[in-house]
Amino acid sequence: MTAIEILDLEKTYLVGFWRKRPKLALRPLRLTIEEGEVFGFLGPNGAGKTTTLKLLMGLVFPTAGTARILGMELDDPRVKSQIGFLPEQPYFYDHLSARELLNYYGQLSGIPAKGRSARVEQMLARVGLSDSAGMQLRKFSKGMLQRVGLAQAILHDPRLVFLDEPMSGLDPMGRREVRDLIQQLRSEGKTVFFSTHILSDAEALCDRVGVIHQGELRGVGAVAELTSETHGKVEIIFYAQAQRVPAGLTSLGAEARVSGDMVNAVLPEEQQDAALEVLRRERLKLISLTPVRRSLEEYYIQKLRPTETRTMETRKGVGV
Amino acid sequence: MNSDGMNSANARIAYIAFNTFREAVRDRVLYNLVAFALLLSAAAILVGEISIDIERLVVVNLGLTTVSLFGVVIAIFIGIGLVSKEIEKRTLYTVLSRPVRRWEFVVGKFFGLTGTLVINTFFMALGVFLALLYVAHKFEKMDEWVLVALYFIVLQFLIVCALALFFSSFSTPLMAAVFTFALFVIGSLAGDLRGFARITPGFGGWLATAIAYLVPNFSALNVIGQVAHGDPVAGSIILYNTVYALLYSAMVISGAVLIFQRRNLK
Repeated sequence: MTAIEILDLEKTYLVGFWRKRPKLALRPLRLTIEEGEVFGFLGPNGAGKTTTLKLLMGLVFPTAGTARILGMELDDPRVKSQIGFLPEQPYFYDHLSARELLNYYGQLSGIPAKGRSARVEQMLARVGLSDSAGMQLRKFSKGMLQRVGLAQAILHDPRLVFLDEPMSGLDPMGRREVRDLIQQLRSEGKTVFFSTHILSDAEALCDRVGVIHQGELRGVGAVAELTSETHGKVEIIFYAQAQRVPAGLTSLGAEARVSGDMVNAVLPEEQQDAALEVLRRERLKLISLTPVRRSLEEYYIQKLRPTETRTMETRKGVGV
Repeated sequence: MNSDGMNSANARIAYIAFNTFREAVRDRVLYNLVAFALLLSAAAILVGEISIDIERLVVVNLGLTTVSLFGVVIAIFIGIGLVSKEIEKRTLYTVLSRPVRRWEFVVGKFFGLTGTLVINTFFMALGVFLALLYVAHKFEKMDEWVLVALYFIVLQFLIVCALALFFSSFSTPLMAAVFTFALFVIGSLAGDLRGFARITPGFGGWLATAIAYLVPNFSALNVIGQVAHGDPVAGSIILYNTVYALLYSAMVISGAVLIFQRRNLK
């Protein structure tokens, strides 16, 4: 089943105090996400990620276009009980404790009184906040608030979870925990739609990613496919003699750099056999030979470049 | 909407109202204001002591005016932040991404704030009655009219809360505070404004009449001077003021809902 179907959703804000002028936040966006998928929405700050999430949450209204969540229109009251949302840098009611806050959200989400407390405790334990559950939220650190945010997003066991920059402001340990949580959600069959500009997280977690820049969706692709594409180059690592690169390798067009007693050389795939022959001749010990794969970062950077540059590169045969 | 849907809407409004009340009660600023108001009631005793033969008049006048002014300050102070602060701090996002309709949120906030003020008024009124007991040594029959004056003060709070919420639904907290307080001041002079409208001819008179009837009539809800002198308040006035305050608040809250319903939460 389709979890999210975005059909030419568009948002223009009117800005300015006296003379209002339009500011395009999101160009017509068309995107489909299947149920059970972990989708990463990538883009720099101000790219339109949060606007898209707010449109889907019904917090802002589209200028044009529409969207469906789990087959229902956005204004269908049943939608909200099926989704969980973590806003960017969440902030909650200062004077409530984490337990009280989750209980309040549980009430609003329609979790029956019987079993609500148990569910709240279960969520607190899941995000590692059982020990500070009675403390007022104004005393919480940024990382702890992020955990509360995650707990409230999954409290009512939604089918679809939207997370806006879930790793922002977290230390490496916190980031690891959020990653684990997203992986758990995936194994439970939940659909996760999260925005981020941390590419390593997206690469590790997502089935597919979409790159958005200046309000425009620049590309969508499966992470496995994007990162399996090779450049037509290979990387050879070997032990060096007297910290020098053999002249034979340089003549094959290799870009090499010496690091300690090892040499790292990148050269065209078709020169692979000739390069190995050079190493044999020079009696150099090979450590590894691997095709150079494209990273998500390269895909991201490429998609962020202005359209003209990308078109020219595509014509030259560079990139996808 | 079916009765089940209405029941759950009512439940959500009650949850939001209770949470608003709980947040307000735990806010230390509120305690400071209430403590200050009680202190002023105590000051009324002092002033009463030096006002020979008119102690009761001074205590009731000063005490009830303090209750009214501090209540209005609290209503504005909390009311203006109810919606805008939730947008600014993004707490609203996690509420509205649940099965909560925007009108339920506004109405819940209104009831929560009103409840806070009723409880505050109760404690401040207690201070006034203690001061009264201290200077007069006993309660008299005419003191029951003080209760009516307090009831009218609560009705004033109802309208002030609604106004604060209304302005808060589309402007910044500072502007909302200025607008609400300005309307409170103008509304307190509504009686004079109506009198002025009656004697002004032409367009000016028409405009003054429109403004006089559009602004909340707080002057009609102020019977402090009357009850301080021990004069009774007619039952018809109590009924009229109750209906007026309820209708006016409902109208303002409906306006707040209409605006908030269409607002983009940027």
